[in-house]
Amino acid sequence: MPMLEVHNIHTYYDNIHALKGVSLSVEQGEIVTLIGGNGAGKTTTLRSISGLRKTSRGSIRLNGEELGAYKPHEIVSKSVSMVPEGRGVFARLSVAENLDMGAYIRRDRKGVEADLERVFEIFPRLKERRKQVAGTLSGGEQQMLAIGRALMAHPTLLLLDEPSMGLAPILVESIFETIQQINQEGTTILLVEQNALMALSVANRGYVLQTGEIVLSDTAANLKQNEMVQKAYLGME
Amino acid sequence: MGIHNAVKNIKSISAYQVIQFVIGALFIGYILWRLNEILRVNPIYGPDTWMRFAIAGLILGSVYALIAIGYTLVYGILFMINFAHGEIMMIGAFGGYFVFEALNAIPTPTAADPELTFLSAQPVISVLLAFIVGMSVSALSGYFLEKIAYRPLRSAPRLVPLISAIGASIFLQNAGQLLFGAQRRDYLNPEVLTRGNGWEFPVGEGTVILPYTGALTFVLSFLILIGLFTLVQRTRLGRAMRAVAENKPVAALMGVDVDGVISRTFIISGAMAGAAGVMWGIHLGLVYYFVGFIPGIKAFTAAVLGGIGNIPGAMLGGFFLGIVEAIGPPILGLSFQLKDVIAFGILVLVLIFRPTGIMGEVLTEEKV
Repeated sequence: MPMLEVHNIHTYYDNIHALKGVSLSVEQGEIVTLIGGNGAGKTTTLRSISGLRKTSRGSIRLNGEELGAYKPHEIVSKSVSMVPEGRGVFARLSVAENLDMGAYIRRDRKGVEADLERVFEIFPRLKERRKQVAGTLSGGEQQMLAIGRALMAHPTLLLLDEPSMGLAPILVESIFETIQQINQEGTTILLVEQNALMALSVANRGYVLQTGEIVLSDTAANLKQNEMVQKAYLGME
Repeated sequence: MGIHNAVKNIKSISAYQVIQFVIGALFIGYILWRLNEILRVNPIYGPDTWMRFAIAGLILGSVYALIAIGYTLVYGILFMINFAHGEIMMIGAFGGYFVFEALNAIPTPTAADPELTFLSAQPVISVLLAFIVGMSVSALSGYFLEKIAYRPLRSAPRLVPLISAIGASIFLQNAGQLLFGAQRRDYLNPEVLTRGNGWEFPVGEGTVILPYTGALTFVLSFLILIGLFTLVQRTRLGRAMRAVAENKPVAALMGVDVDGVISRTFIISGAMAGAAGVMWGIHLGLVYYFVGFIPGIKAFTAAVLGGIGNIPGAMLGGFFLGIVEAIGPPILGLSFQLKDVIAFGILVLVLIFRPTGIMGEVLTEEKV
């Protein structure tokens, strides 16, 4: 049984039919990427999974349990964390408070402290700046904080929405290295990206989303070789 | 070239700014002239009178601060003005009133005083009970107010909950009038808290009284304000409140029950208004269905003055307004009956010169 199974979901924004029957699955331990252009429905898919956007049809199952009836804050307690598009750090809270917010649902103090150490190990920069207000961090640091904050919930499934957005190329590479590292430590990852090349080089499998529909799904290596993917998303002629 | 630039710079100052500057300069000039007039040229009041004004202002200001926090907390989270907040205070005032009335009906005669009642025999317990009941009924009212009047309109345009708030305010006033009658009632205090009694100390050539009721009001509000500040800054709930104020969907992604936090915000601001209501009754001695309206609007002014959405700003605004109300009329050379005009005049001035309030700048910058 796959860890996450999305079956034929439809999501609307008023009259706009944003997702027209999206199905995908994520197995335990995988990195799965969802690539596609602007407005393809990548973010909407993640928002549907995390409960921020209600689906009108279809099912989303986590380890066999239907998530449709749950509110976003209840889905978090099922060990699903999301790093939202545009980072969404709390600008007026300090770095340490942002990380505390990540562990909001947890009561096991020891585990939280261990995870805080782990986050500081992955992102030493955050430790240096933990007393600073998050709004004063650079874009790359805010992305680190957003990922670190999601890790504080100790998720088994991490949803990442465009972690490379607005970052300098060198930072993008280090963020993707971190994503691989987090995955190797046991967290399953569903990654939404416009930077298809980077996404496909870290992922095991991928889905291509076009105007609300999955048009291709294959292993990441095969997708990289696919002519349509090369033309549309990798910028090759 | 240089002249051309200079002309351009002059043009870039708008007529509005010129008018702003002229009004501001005239106003400040007038205040300085009046200060000189009443302090040096023709001192009508001695230091004891000024002291009396300052004490009255601080006490009133501490009550305004308590109420103002409620406006600012709710605005910070929902971006709406809870115009029914003054009525929540009125409900709390009645809560304390009925506790005092009930306790006064329990006879506890002693040999020395056969007329003694529980209210005066056990003033500490009585006052404590009044505050507990007053704060509880106000907290409950706040909770249901949000649930009934605001939650269904959560996704409506911002003007809609505002209209609902005004409606709720009118509804609660009328409900208060129906339930408790239209007459003004005297707030019955325990004997030790008889209004007008207090510590006397000499200042200059006269004596100043620090009333017991005023000292109680000031100390209690101060403790509550510190408690609230600690709650917001140091606790898990406070962090969640700040997170919800900043970004509701992301707060939900952290596992915060956003609706629950909003409910608790209304409960906290309601309890504070309730405490303010009981203080109002104990210190000023009157309670009726309309008692919350003026302090409510004044506290709203204080919240705007401090920068709405900003908690230290609301505290500061409350104290500032209380003091200005007390010493403003003599400084401006106006009758004391015009103190409300001064308070609302300040609201107008703040909206003209600094719509973000004294401490509101940070907030608006980040909101953009």
